[in-house]
Amino acid sequence: MATTALPAQRRVLRRDLWWLEPLFIVVGLGLFVVYAFVTGVQTSGYHYAPYLSPFASPCISANCETYSFGRALLPAWFPPAFFVVWIPVAFRATCYFLRRSYYRAFFWSPPACAVPDARSGYTGETAFPFILQNVHRYAWYLAALLWVVDLYDALLAFHFPAGFGIGLGSVLMILDVVFLGLYVFSCHSCRYLCGGYLDRFHGKPVWHRMWSAVSRINTRHGVFFWLSLLFVVLTDLYIRLLVAGVITDPRIVFG
Amino acid sequence: MTETTEQVRRDATVRVFRGEDRTSGQFVEYTVPVDPGMVVLDVMFRVQQMRAPDLAVRWNCKAGKCGSCSAEINGRPKLMCMTRLSSLPPAEPITVAPMATFPLVRDLVTDVSFNYEKAKTIPAVRLAPPGPDGKRRMFQEEVDRVQEFHKCIECFLCQNVCHVIRDHEENKEAYAGPRFFVKLAALEMHPLDTRDRIEMIRAREGLGYCNITKCCTEVCPESIKITDNAIIPLKERVVSEFYDPLAWVKRRIFGGPDDGAKEPAAVADR
Ligand code: SF4
Ligand code: SF4
Ligand code: FES
Ligand code: FES
Repeated sequence: MATTALPAQRRVLRRDLWWLEPLFIVVGLGLFVVYAFVTGVQTSGYHYAPYLSPFASPCISANCETYSFGRALLPAWFPPAFFVVWIPVAFRATCYFLRRSYYRAFFWSPPACAVPDARSGYTGETAFPFILQNVHRYAWYLAALLWVVDLYDALLAFHFPAGFGIGLGSVLMILDVVFLGLYVFSCHSCRYLCGGYLDRFHGKPVWHRMWSAVSRINTRHGVFFWLSLLFVVLTDLYIRLLVAGVITDPRIVFG
Repeated sequence: MTETTEQVRRDATVRVFRGEDRTSGQFVEYTVPVDPGMVVLDVMFRVQQMRAPDLAVRWNCKAGKCGSCSAEINGRPKLMCMTRLSSLPPAEPITVAPMATFPLVRDLVTDVSFNYEKAKTIPAVRLAPPGPDGKRRMFQEEVDRVQEFHKCIECFLCQNVCHVIRDHEENKEAYAGPRFFVKLAALEMHPLDTRDRIEMIRAREGLGYCNITKCCTEVCPESIKITDNAIIPLKERVVSEFYDPLAWVKRRIFGGPDDGAKEPAAVADR
């Protein structure tokens, strides 16, 4: 195969603000990681009845302020968030959308289209470590289970001591679980599992309908990634501020 | 018709790459009069008519359908015939360069035969036998999914922008590139095809090199969702065949991943 020598063209000829998007990703993800770390190592402040922060859910270790499944399932070795946080971490880290974003913004392979890669050698996802991205589907199974727990938490957030009610916290928890759901179920692996693996849709109307539905939200997968990230943080922050007594929760309880 | 300010004739300055190789070649500046509604290819014609009759430009249809006029305009891979001057910053000179990934022939013309070599490695469709009435049938919902892939005009802008080969010459041998993942997806999802190309897609065509950074999708003039609809679904199929023990067990017990049993394809299957 003929080779190309292109040193003269190695320069970046783009004149638009191509570095803006990677910058946004670095700042956005950076802020999230810092926040998640700070909140993840806390051993309290994540529960303000009936609200439980999505960071600490399901709460299953002995040092929990509330037990998601009625009782402690694990000893109090770490802050409660540590027992579950690896699931969303594994899920998001191998997400096709986030991969695109961090390969661009952090690895610079490439930083933007038609802008040269930072490194001279490149094996992509054919070799260690990035070949491990292939576990994404497994992370999806776990994330889907976790979403069911989050849904349960969101429903509990309408259950006040005096009975059914709605607080600002309930609204945040519902929005959080909706965006998380849209994110988890617009996943490319989900799209594959919901009929994408078929070559023939004919005679499989249920699969075809499922695949079509997932395909529709799949086009907005990146938007749901950021929205779900934002609402997880907002919900956690809101609960922490309630616990700290900085704000009060406006609520209507119907009894 | 009343003349608006937009319709007034003005001059445009272009910086066009000239030369027979990338090291000695350089950008040459030309200023030519332009009319409203012109595209970059029109400006190249003006340069040929008024300033440099020997400027090499490849084009055929001037309608965005033949895929001949691919170039890099202000550093972004585009079709020259589909890029209006009004979409570019008016105050600055417009840079027009040949595609960076393929060997230069001269000026804006590159040798894209890399792509024709890759095309030869893809096994053609082999249809399942006709039904009892002697007819083969495909259904709308199956055709709908692969229709998009057949819009490809082979402009090779996606091949050009793909950093796997654009920035790493050494990967050209082991990597087919986005245009051919589109082709492979069309065949792989074909409702009547009986060949299984998954092993080939992984090992020979190098799907794993793609890191789904989506530049191919960004530049495709036919708006094919190359990454979301072709590459990622193929990656998922590779996962099922090579990286998913559950899927492997399921296949062992319940049979193949799909109804029509498929047979592994070899490069010679054409
Ligand atoms: S998404 Fe993959 S095939 Fe497309 S340009 Fe990026 S690396 Fe290349
Ligand atoms: S897939 Fe799009 S960018 Fe690639 S060759 Fe076809 S039309 Fe051009
Ligand atoms: S979660 Fe983003 S692709 Fe699966
Ligand atoms: S000349 Fe045919 S696509 Fe531009």
